[in-house]
Amino acid sequence: MTTARDETGRYGRFGGRYVPEILVPALTRLEETARLLLDDPGFLNMYEEELSSWVGRPTALTHAVRLGESWGGEVWLKREDLAHTGAHKINNAVGQALLAREMGAERVIAETGAGQHGVATAAACARLGLDCTVYMGSVDIERQAPNVERMRILGARVEPVTSGDATLRAAINEALRDWVTRPETTYYLLGSAVGPHPYPWLVRELQSVIGREARRQMLERSGRLPDAAVACVGGGSNAIGLFHPLLDDPIELIGVEAGGTSPELGRNAATIGRGTPGVLHGSFSFLLQDDDGQVQETHSVSAGLDYPGVGPEHSWLAETGRVTYESATDDEALAALYELGRHEGILPALESSHALVGAKRWLAVNPGSTVLVGLSGRGDKDIDILRGLNP
Amino acid sequence: MSAPVVGARALEMRLAVDETAIVPYLTGGYPSSAVFADALLALSRMSIAVEVGIPFSDPMADGATIQESSRVALENGATLESILVAIEGLGRLDADLVVMSYLNPLLAYGYGSLLPRLAGVGVSALVVPDLPLEESEQLASVSREHGIGLVQLVSPVTSQERLDVLGQASEGFTYAVTMTGTTGGTLGAGPEVTDYLDRVRAASRPPVLAGFGVRTVDQVRALAPHCDGVIVGSALVEIMSDGRDPVSFVAELRQ
Repeated sequence: MTTARDETGRYGRFGGRYVPEILVPALTRLEETARLLLDDPGFLNMYEEELSSWVGRPTALTHAVRLGESWGGEVWLKREDLAHTGAHKINNAVGQALLAREMGAERVIAETGAGQHGVATAAACARLGLDCTVYMGSVDIERQAPNVERMRILGARVEPVTSGDATLRAAINEALRDWVTRPETTYYLLGSAVGPHPYPWLVRELQSVIGREARRQMLERSGRLPDAAVACVGGGSNAIGLFHPLLDDPIELIGVEAGGTSPELGRNAATIGRGTPGVLHGSFSFLLQDDDGQVQETHSVSAGLDYPGVGPEHSWLAETGRVTYESATDDEALAALYELGRHEGILPALESSHALVGAKRWLAVNPGSTVLVGLSGRGDKDIDILRGLNP
Repeated sequence: MSAPVVGARALEMRLAVDETAIVPYLTGGYPSSAVFADALLALSRMSIAVEVGIPFSDPMADGATIQESSRVALENGATLESILVAIEGLGRLDADLVVMSYLNPLLAYGYGSLLPRLAGVGVSALVVPDLPLEESEQLASVSREHGIGLVQLVSPVTSQERLDVLGQASEGFTYAVTMTGTTGGTLGAGPEVTDYLDRVRAASRPPVLAGFGVRTVDQVRALAPHCDGVIVGSALVEIMSDGRDPVSFVAELRQ
């Protein structure tokens, strides 16, 4: 399941483990245990059983016929919105929660932006009988209220974070501060393919089920692989999960970042498109920062993409040119959300709507071709933002 | 007259000789550039070394006090360069300077121009809390070329095996983090702390400074026989926030 570069936690020049010494033993232990268990048939059976009987995998692959007609090509949707708790986040959460239980953790902590990872972690912890605390920025608590309620119902404590920018980035800082306080008894269940080694590798391994299923389903259903695959990129966990099993195929891979309201620093979250390399949250990767190395605030209508960093493997895939990264603005994402809703009867998350923009653009340039879209989550959580807005 | 001895080795010698060094920590540019510079000058007259923190937007190892001081300093426009300019304006200081910074501001400045610049303003050691040994080779070697020691941090959860490696790799001093958690907590001084410090001291080539959670003269007295000095951070930043006199606070800890 691993490749040579994963052994060191390096993806080209990106990645690494830039953390306080206090966390080094915990990360080393996590890496060793994860390597062992992800190769252990007993553990993998347990994981796959949870994925099929509790998460509801494999998720459907939907041929979006009417949308394809409208966009001038063939559109296939990998329906992570149909996974339990409504997004791809659950694939990683349940895998890591099983790891936490195997490692004998007394408590699990997590960060959340849109709340999807928080809900997934709360659900997985409830399922496995683990104590769960979720750090969430107060700005995000405001704009993603339904998810806060869901976490509470599932038995998790939601800790509001008011420091820093009070969004995902501040929530990660606060979770790390909790972890350095109790590194030996706490399992940090990180939700994206970011952070210090081994997280980018571990999260990718757990999310790669998306790409493996989609690849098989495409071959079964359409008889061939798509010409392009598109996913949205915040930290980049659903994108790396979709892309990684497709890297060796002749498929154009496109990651779509949050273009926010403008290309200006502070008005978007297009980290690869607009950022420069630096170290945040334990890894060397692209970063939205000023000339003095101070991390900048970001903006996106979608809380899940509103993050100034990106997973190190994406930075590497951008640098090698294997994956193309572009961005979609808030308005473009909103318009795509309505298009999908009205053509296919599916309400996607605002995050996933960015991927739809990428697919539409691809078909405009490559009419008649086939595009696979990673539909990472459902949009019920965004109802408060969408209410009153019209395309 | 011989040239003054400078750099990491000189700091090691001075810390080894001094009874129990109190090393004050100031957040650079806090509460204002002028008040920071005045405090640094005054504290340098009574200390072997003073530690200056470079504010960072995402201080993951710091508690509320230093987070807030960093936020205010950044809001006032403090940068790594502006802090170095302020230090430069004080002329040659009596104390060695230790710079504490998260990695990213150092990367943004560029190691090639940063290290000569730090050496030029009298910095003899560098503490980078998010740079563990495995990632530190490049910075350690560039620092060494300029006589600056890259300090390794150790913690109570560091294994003996790792402690031995870190204690030999550290330069300038070894930073013994006294407890798990962020800066600004309150440390006990029971046997688990003093035993830990004894282990660090046995494993460490350079002198050992203890830090995190030191606020009172009783703590300093309890720790003194087990280390070469203590770093006083959040407690002093609180004094600076309240507009009180940092010199008399540090003098009290010395009693």
